[in-house]
Amino acid sequence: MSAIDLWTSTDGGALLAAAVLLPFVGMLLGLLLGGRWLQRVAFVLMPLGLGLALAIAMDWFDAEGPLVYLLGGWSPPLGIALRADGASVAMMLAVAGVVCGIGAFARADFGLAPGAAESRAAFTYWLLLLAVWGALNLVFVSGDLFTLYVALELLTFAGVPLVCLAGSGETLRAALRYMLFALCGSVLYLLGAVLLYGGYGTLDMPMLADALQPEPIAMAALALMTAGLLAKTALFPLHIWLPPAHGGAPAAASAVLSALVIKGSWFLVLRLWLDVMPGVASAQAAQLLAGLGAAAIVVGSVVALRQQRLKLLVAYSTVAQIGYLFLLFPLAFDAAGDMALREMAATAGVLQAIAHATAKAGMFMAAGLVYARLGHDRVDELAGAARALPLAVAAFLIGGLALMGVVPSGAYLAKKLLLASADESGQWWWSWVLQGGAAFTAGYVVLIALRVFARPAAPLADLKPVSLLSQWAALGLAVASLLLSLAAVWGPLPGELLAKAFSLEELGTMGLLFGVGALLAAALARRPLLGNSGGGAVRPGFAGLGTVFEAGDRLVRQWASAMLALLLVAGACGWLLTRA
Amino acid sequence: MSVETLFALTACVLVGIGLYGLIAQPHPLRKLIAFNIMGSGVFVLFGALAKRGAAAGLPADPVPQALLITAIVVAFAATAVTVALLLRLIESTGSASLAEPPAQD
Repeated sequence: MSAIDLWTSTDGGALLAAAVLLPFVGMLLGLLLGGRWLQRVAFVLMPLGLGLALAIAMDWFDAEGPLVYLLGGWSPPLGIALRADGASVAMMLAVAGVVCGIGAFARADFGLAPGAAESRAAFTYWLLLLAVWGALNLVFVSGDLFTLYVALELLTFAGVPLVCLAGSGETLRAALRYMLFALCGSVLYLLGAVLLYGGYGTLDMPMLADALQPEPIAMAALALMTAGLLAKTALFPLHIWLPPAHGGAPAAASAVLSALVIKGSWFLVLRLWLDVMPGVASAQAAQLLAGLGAAAIVVGSVVALRQQRLKLLVAYSTVAQIGYLFLLFPLAFDAAGDMALREMAATAGVLQAIAHATAKAGMFMAAGLVYARLGHDRVDELAGAARALPLAVAAFLIGGLALMGVVPSGAYLAKKLLLASADESGQWWWSWVLQGGAAFTAGYVVLIALRVFARPAAPLADLKPVSLLSQWAALGLAVASLLLSLAAVWGPLPGELLAKAFSLEELGTMGLLFGVGALLAAALARRPLLGNSGGGAVRPGFAGLGTVFEAGDRLVRQWASAMLALLLVAGACGWLLTRA
Repeated sequence: MSVETLFALTACVLVGIGLYGLIAQPHPLRKLIAFNIMGSGVFVLFGALAKRGAAAGLPADPVPQALLITAIVVAFAATAVTVALLLRLIESTGSASLAEPPAQD
């Protein structure tokens, strides 16, 4: 670490400050100029921000180490540094791309046609979209833990009102639950940061990384901060707020919440475990994180297959995919318990996060379009949707395929890296979880595919028109996720990763995953997959199992059990850290 | 007992009361107050740590105070947003209950 100077501004460092400021400048301009101008400002800023992220990526590519910018020229520990390494640059680029896609989609819902009356929901939406973007950029480039605290709070304050844009009682309740639970998470995070300052006298991340010792105060801090961040990321069993919030918000807002907002706190867990505290983090505690992730995959996927509404299905799929994002933590450790596979795990994690951000944004948009076109999004009544809305259905299915890791999606490459790491460290059980998660994802792709391609009993009538631009935006994001590994290999990753992508073995695995997924869907779906009868004596048993999972999900989403789970996770994490 | 220990113990008590309130109190407004009590506990702890971390010749480390004031402003903003949400919820549903209505299966 000492070979690279992390405490002097580098060339291109000022761009980092610009990337954080740009969205906030847009917000202020919008507030000054008023509703009609805000969306114009937003549409100018989106390509500008994307260009800025590209410029940062180019500078990072040319530089030997991370980009650094010292605010006001003050050096840490007194000053604040902004830094961007490969992970930050990749995330900033992805977020800029997804924001552009979501912005194009939202133009139909929240854009103001000339002469139309201004509405509060539209004005709020554009303000909050910019705020989420700025806050996320700040999360990615912050160099110290306190600036990160402020960035995370900004992200929460921007995310919560997105939930209740529609203003109905149900969405307000979801927003309030989200806010209160996220606040519990932030207090725990702040408590951890305070302990670290007390122990080491700095919150600058590289300085902390040098000073940290595996001693109780650091372990307590890591356990508290991790638990707080898990509450904000909604990892099972702390997903109390996610399904109602993501399922109830307007599609353009759900896409922001599911694709972008949860990635902020997840990214910080990654930073803490792999960059700031590799000496404190232990393989046992990492098993806990991934164990919760595995539980999230199973519960989230089963409940997703049981949902009656497409949007809630996508929301529960997010619960499962968040679990997938936490599988990388034990795979950063080798068989001896040292963090030797850090690079591979971090690369896989960032790839998976970007793959999920792009695919899930596309899927939520597609679900919103289906709702707008058919007037409902009941999974059992989607027959004929493929003909009524081909582009959006394609976006949904391509997004699902990309998430399950079909070649050449980003999720494919991420899974491949993690499988290699599981092999190398002898943690075979995580290979099973990785493949199982992909099979579950295949399950809901098969389920929805069969429903939308089914022949409707009567020709669909009363179809509402939907914007073509919105459909293309959803499709564009889904396809971006499907082609992500090509971009990654063209960029900083070595090309041989994709060498065997189309081998018979890989295609066989893919076929097997589809088969298992179809079986899962057939067993757990509310209605038989094909026709109206069938399944015989097996289906009632699985339906019972599905009901048990749903009841369990409702139970852990009670407020008191979620709070107790939060404390338990913090305690268990701390206890496992001390045992290393 | 030194002043710092007294501060630290006070912080523990405040965090404990706050946690209890967050878990046990059903009304959102009480949860919000519990969050504020717990937050105050963390702030008191941070203030006490400033004394311990005092560097060369200063009576206390000034950095925690600068960070504290920011954290207090953030907590205040969070409280304001939550109260606004709660008021809208009561306006729209006539109740402040956080419990989800039973699933419509």
